[in-house]
Amino acid sequence: MVSTILEMRGITKTFPGVKALSNVNLSVEEGEIHAVVGENGAGKSTLMKVLSGVYPDGTYDGKIIYRGQECHFKGIHDSERQGIVIIHQELALVPMLSIAENIFLGNEHARYGVIDWHANEARTTALLKKVGLNEDPKTLITNIGVGKQQLVEIAKALSKEVRLLILDEPTASLSEKDSQALLDLLLEFKNQGITSILISHKLNEVNRVADHVTIIRDGQTIETLAKGDISEDRIITSMVGRALEDRYPPREPDIGEIVFEVKNWSVYHPIHAERQVIKGIDINVRRGEVVGIAGLMGAGRTEFAMSLFGRSYGRRITGDVLFRGKPIDTSTVGKAVQHGIAYVTEDRKTYGLNLIDHIKHNITLANLGGVSRHGVIDDLRELAAANDYRGKTNIRASSVYQMTGNLSGGNQQKVVLSKWLFASPEVLILDEPTRGIDVGAKYEIYTIIARLAAEGKAIIVISSEMPELLGISDRIYVMNEGRIVGEMAASDASQEKIMRAIVRGEGKAAS
Amino acid sequence: MSTESTPAPSSSVAQDIQPAPRFAVSALVTNLREYGLVLALIAIMVFFQFTTDGTLFKPVNLSNLVQQNSFIIVMALGMLLVIVSGHIDLSVGSVAGFIGALAAMMMVIWPLGFLSNPLVVSIVCLIIGGAIGAAQGYWVAYHRIPSFIVTLAGMLIFRGMCQALLGGGSSVGPLPAGFKALSSGFIPDLIGTWEIVPPTVNLAGKTIVGSGLSLHMTTIVIGVIGVLAYIYFGLKARRAREHHGYHAEPFVLFTAKTLVISALVLFLVYQFATYRGLPIVLVVMGLLIGLFVFVTKRMTIGRRIYAMGGNAKAAQLSGINIERLTLFVFINMGVLSALGGLIIAARLGQAVPAAGLGSELDVIAAVFIGGASAMGGVGQVIGAVVGGFIMGVMNNGMSIMGVNVDWQQVVKGLVLLGAVVFDVYNKNKA
Ligand SMILES: Nc1ncnc2c1ncn2[C@@H]1O[C@H](COP(=O)(O)OP(=O)(O)OP(=O)(O)O)[C@@H](O)[C@H]1O
Ligand SMILES: [Mg+2]
Repeated sequence: MVSTILEMRGITKTFPGVKALSNVNLSVEEGEIHAVVGENGAGKSTLMKVLSGVYPDGTYDGKIIYRGQECHFKGIHDSERQGIVIIHQELALVPMLSIAENIFLGNEHARYGVIDWHANEARTTALLKKVGLNEDPKTLITNIGVGKQQLVEIAKALSKEVRLLILDEPTASLSEKDSQALLDLLLEFKNQGITSILISHKLNEVNRVADHVTIIRDGQTIETLAKGDISEDRIITSMVGRALEDRYPPREPDIGEIVFEVKNWSVYHPIHAERQVIKGIDINVRRGEVVGIAGLMGAGRTEFAMSLFGRSYGRRITGDVLFRGKPIDTSTVGKAVQHGIAYVTEDRKTYGLNLIDHIKHNITLANLGGVSRHGVIDDLRELAAANDYRGKTNIRASSVYQMTGNLSGGNQQKVVLSKWLFASPEVLILDEPTRGIDVGAKYEIYTIIARLAAEGKAIIVISSEMPELLGISDRIYVMNEGRIVGEMAASDASQEKIMRAIVRGEGKAAS
Repeated sequence: MSTESTPAPSSSVAQDIQPAPRFAVSALVTNLREYGLVLALIAIMVFFQFTTDGTLFKPVNLSNLVQQNSFIIVMALGMLLVIVSGHIDLSVGSVAGFIGALAAMMMVIWPLGFLSNPLVVSIVCLIIGGAIGAAQGYWVAYHRIPSFIVTLAGMLIFRGMCQALLGGGSSVGPLPAGFKALSSGFIPDLIGTWEIVPPTVNLAGKTIVGSGLSLHMTTIVIGVIGVLAYIYFGLKARRAREHHGYHAEPFVLFTAKTLVISALVLFLVYQFATYRGLPIVLVVMGLLIGLFVFVTKRMTIGRRIYAMGGNAKAAQLSGINIERLTLFVFINMGVLSALGGLIIAARLGQAVPAAGLGSELDVIAAVFIGGASAMGGVGQVIGAVVGGFIMGVMNNGMSIMGVNVDWQQVVKGLVLLGAVVFDVYNKNKA
């Protein structure tokens, strides 16, 4: 007999000027994995924040019935006491504290305020074993990758006797392997009777683990599908309101001469000075060409791109950057931008946006010269530019005066992209451009990439999603451990070939 | 699949032109802080007008108020940029004291010949102020040493140097009249005085000071032109926005705001005109305020400072040279601290070891009362100016009322806390 663990009825939540949720219903069965999907800004994160008490009782309309009782959560503590634990889209770990300290932050094993570290560490070890993480509890959070941080968050949830676990895009920044491990973990929790709500834009994952899928569009529940009815196409249709025949826009590549070239690029770690992160990389990009860089998490792709872009990463950087055959100076971001290079970061919150300012100011920041004369900004020209790019990238917001901190994750990504499109670069480096972006918006971003290539720009795309790289690139470099270990035309590339190149590279690095 | 079938973005773009009534309310709510601040200033003024039996708005007192507090506002302009960029400068009071001492030594003690001319000395002092700012900013910008520490050191260093320069506890003066005019002078009446009621003449044949009514016409003309320009540019900007189909402030609010501010300005100008006209320092301050509003609102450098304060890493990755910008912000602060020091010395007519002592706290308080965020990235010039006036009116009003200096501190502290609490409460509600 299945019983309903959670029912959310008629949830309506408004922010000044925005109705994020209107009359949403969600019903979750005990012990299932329930996926919630929808476009960027559809209201998924908001719904979960309502459920977990981040938005306290009274700031929204509607009813939450959990284990047969109506709940009025005043804050996150109330919901946690009932076993509802949320892991937010943006991880909330303290970087300079250890794993154990993070897991028990706020409810340490302590007696009269004195922390019993032995007890904490012993429990941490047990929890880490449950989530399959093999790390010393004393390791600092900064020293482990995102994948492992995600597992620490889950271990933290387990430490709170979780009954209903909510994961908001847990796999967005995980590698294929880490994602699989995490999903397996969820399935195991299911066997132990823990219910999960999973928000994800990766529909293949949803397809694999979900028992039910609820689709939200524009703040409204569209429908809930049961296991048998779940298919990617079915979900997409109901998500975007129409069928999406193709995942990638058609392109007629028109590739010209070499525009951008990097020769023998080497970079050392900014702190561990003896560690070489990038080991003599050579790449080139032609006019109108989309070049993909494939690789596993930690292959050094972001580090490579950031060191190219105004030496924003690393030390003792050597090598040459050539633009149209001539060496250029990219030693500061300003100079790189002047030479027509743009880098769209993978980490929008830390490196991409001024979250306390609105969309308009963020879009024009990298090209203030484009809306000003003699250092004086033309307000109307700026507004027109911002609206123009907001339209081009289809940013969903009440207006360009909405604070970027209040945008949904995917729309924040579009603002960062708009900023760099407005700088009209010749060479565009996109680092995980579709992370956390819904299928419809992905298509829009691919369309933009295709259009830029058709305009004769040189484009480099770094992505951990191999199908994406295969779908949009003309040529693919494979990177591993700071080296280029393979190069292939997209036409004869495949996931297996890329993986094989990585494995071969690994063998070389080891020997 | 064709691109046309992607969802049309047009509907969301059209939302920019919002229906007026809904917008009027939301604009009032979102700008509650701005309007609230001006209303608070007016309320405080009215309050003291009563408790001081009408002394506050007496022309003589208004001139005093401006002369005593203008240096706080001048320095608050620099402090606003420092705080918006995510830093703090604790040294401004000491730098002001040091510069005042230096100016006095150059004009009175040291045999510098024609170099001791007040104008030359002032320019040299402003440059030295900039150099002091650069010296401190260098450590903050290029070595990432927290500004709190660097300027705490600066606070000690320059207070010490101020005292050393004046040779222990003594004061240096009197300063030349030409220099004192910076603080105590009034603009000349080029148009002439309009005598409405001739002053009463007593039996000895002397006129009684303060009797009769005559108006400093240059002041009146400047005031009226200023107000008309304010209204004109306000309307023009509004029309331009409407013309392009973008939302402007609702008309009711716009009119109310314009009327209140114009009336206040005209009233004050009239009061000044019945006395000796506009104080020179007020004109200097007014020009600086205008300049800083323009720089922060309209210029790329201002925009970059806000971006840097909001997220330094993102600003840097957008091509902004954050080191140089930080250095600039501190140089600017140094120059304005020096100007503050000159204004203080000119008002006192001499340099004293304690000049500007503790004024950094008033300056920082003014900026925070004005709504700046201690985290950086948020704050308005006008807010800081109004914050400065609130501090000034409280200083002046409580002094007239005879409130003990100790209790004045308590009250100012409470007002600062209250303003910030109001801010946080407001933000959480939104
Ligand atoms: N604090 C806030 N103030 C104003 N608007 C907000 C706030 N938080 C969210 N919104 C708005 O509510 C809507 C829903 O946002 P939400 O974060 O729930 O989307 P989402 O479905 O999680 O999207 P994504 O897939 O991009 O993460 C968006 O339009 C967003 O701009
Ligand atoms: Mg979300």
